[in-house]
Amino acid sequence: MTLLAQSQLQETFELNIGPQHPATHGVLRVKVIMDGEYIVKAEPVLGYIHRMHEKMGENRTWNQFWPNLGRLDYLSAIAYNHGYAGLLERAMGIEVPERAEYIRVITVELNRLQSHLLWFGAFILDLGGFTPLMYAFDEREQILDLLESVTGSRLTYCYFRFGGVYNDVDDDFITGTRAFIKRLRPQIPMYHDLVTKNVILMERLVDIGHISADMCRKYGATGPVLRGSGVNFDIRKNEPYSVYPELDFDVPVYHECDSMARYMVRMDEMEQSMRIIEQALDKMPDGPVKAEKAPKILKPPKGDYHFAVEAARGTFSMRTVSDATNTSYRMRLRSPTYSNLSLFEEASRGMLLSDALAFMGSLDLVIPEMDR
Amino acid sequence: MSGYFSYLLNGIKSLAIGLKITNKEFLTRPITLQYPHESVKMAPRYRGHIELLMDSETGTHTCISCGMCQKGCPSNCITVKSKKVPGVKGKVLTAYILDFTTCSLCGQCVENCKPAAIDFSNEYNLASTRKEDFVFDLLQKLHPEGVPEPKVDPALLKKEQEKIEAAAKAAAEKKEAAAKAATEKEGEGGEKAEGKS
Repeated sequence: MTLLAQSQLQETFELNIGPQHPATHGVLRVKVIMDGEYIVKAEPVLGYIHRMHEKMGENRTWNQFWPNLGRLDYLSAIAYNHGYAGLLERAMGIEVPERAEYIRVITVELNRLQSHLLWFGAFILDLGGFTPLMYAFDEREQILDLLESVTGSRLTYCYFRFGGVYNDVDDDFITGTRAFIKRLRPQIPMYHDLVTKNVILMERLVDIGHISADMCRKYGATGPVLRGSGVNFDIRKNEPYSVYPELDFDVPVYHECDSMARYMVRMDEMEQSMRIIEQALDKMPDGPVKAEKAPKILKPPKGDYHFAVEAARGTFSMRTVSDATNTSYRMRLRSPTYSNLSLFEEASRGMLLSDALAFMGSLDLVIPEMDR
Repeated sequence: MSGYFSYLLNGIKSLAIGLKITNKEFLTRPITLQYPHESVKMAPRYRGHIELLMDSETGTHTCISCGMCQKGCPSNCITVKSKKVPGVKGKVLTAYILDFTTCSLCGQCVENCKPAAIDFSNEYNLASTRKEDFVFDLLQKLHPEGVPEPKVDPALLKKEQEKIEAAAKAAAEKKEAAAKAATEKEGEGGEKAEGKS
């Protein structure tokens, strides 16, 4: 081989995907070094929508930080509300009424369903199929209407409060939720018929985007990404909080480690979320929805507190250091997709560019949440 | 070779199943709402911008101008302006300015309001190309035809006037006494007083 031919073979070029690109769901920029159609190195570049949420937590009062929680992961904002409520309740030792806990679980699971439905539509859209997005959004719209009737907003929820929730749910919500579950349940097998069993989808997902359990541990990946790699880890089971121990549900785990496994985990999680909501609606007692003893001005005792919840994309945990004043000394938010994205560089080496975008879709990235 | 054909067959089968579903969906009624002609009914709890609530008894709002909404707001979008009117208990609201461009609809103001004078409105048609259109005076929104004069309580007015008069009298007396003392002091030793001033 001549010198010229050799250098041509080794020639690589740099390609920027994003920050404004339809396949990246937001302002994520991936700097890719390509060898033809194959990826040599993919480097995610973050920081385009950094808003200093952690710093805001340090100069706002505890109550004033509430609206920030709805603006991290805008698709599972209620789970983030839950994380913050749980953190301060743990710090202050506030007892939450049982009805409030059930309302929390129902709204969080509805939010998870909504998030997974949107992911389902957007993921298939990434792969080139437009129709499933419309089907998923049809169902998602029902959830948004239900949540709007309770929380007052459709996306950036600010519904939880320390010691309970903002307001009680009414009978319309309960009957509406039951009717919705009845409606969604037959839709999931329909999605499987329409999408999962499609040969084109299988070709693009099966055995592509391999992430081993070790790699997940190395980068701290959680949620469906981890469960798709055969690790049975769910905060709702492993570090139970709220009323989850009283509810009967399974954690779907797949051992194939590929994009299809992550897809299947999320599809099965929708079924489990429906089970949780049904049980919670049955078990929900009457009573107050806000602790009477919850103080209006919070001053948690000095110390270091931590609380983790299972959001739609994985473990969201909050840690705060309190110096017994009405603001936090240090606020730390650990968001799941930041860790889930960080394994992208290693896992995408040698992948075809089109496969890498499908793989990125299977990670279910929400950019405002990693760029806090 | 048989693998190729079974693969082809599977592909056709999955295509047929998919088409069956989409065709079924094609024949169902569309759920699209023709927006400008029809609109969705908003949920009663929908959070629009906040508004002052009309109290049917007094014919006006119940705001006491305590400023708790302004204090609790994370984005500093509320400004409560008030003044003291003789004969009216407490302060009188003169303007309730909401800068909706920075509001995040968290509800801290509504929760902080002790007299429950504010609540979320159901308004959502708020499109504009000018930023100034989103700075509302909620008091003027409540009374577009003009803010009514606060009701003066004659008993309280009298009491207040008496109090003012008494205070003025006391001040005058004090002044007189001070002047008297000063002249007395001057009589005793003028140099000392001058040196002090």
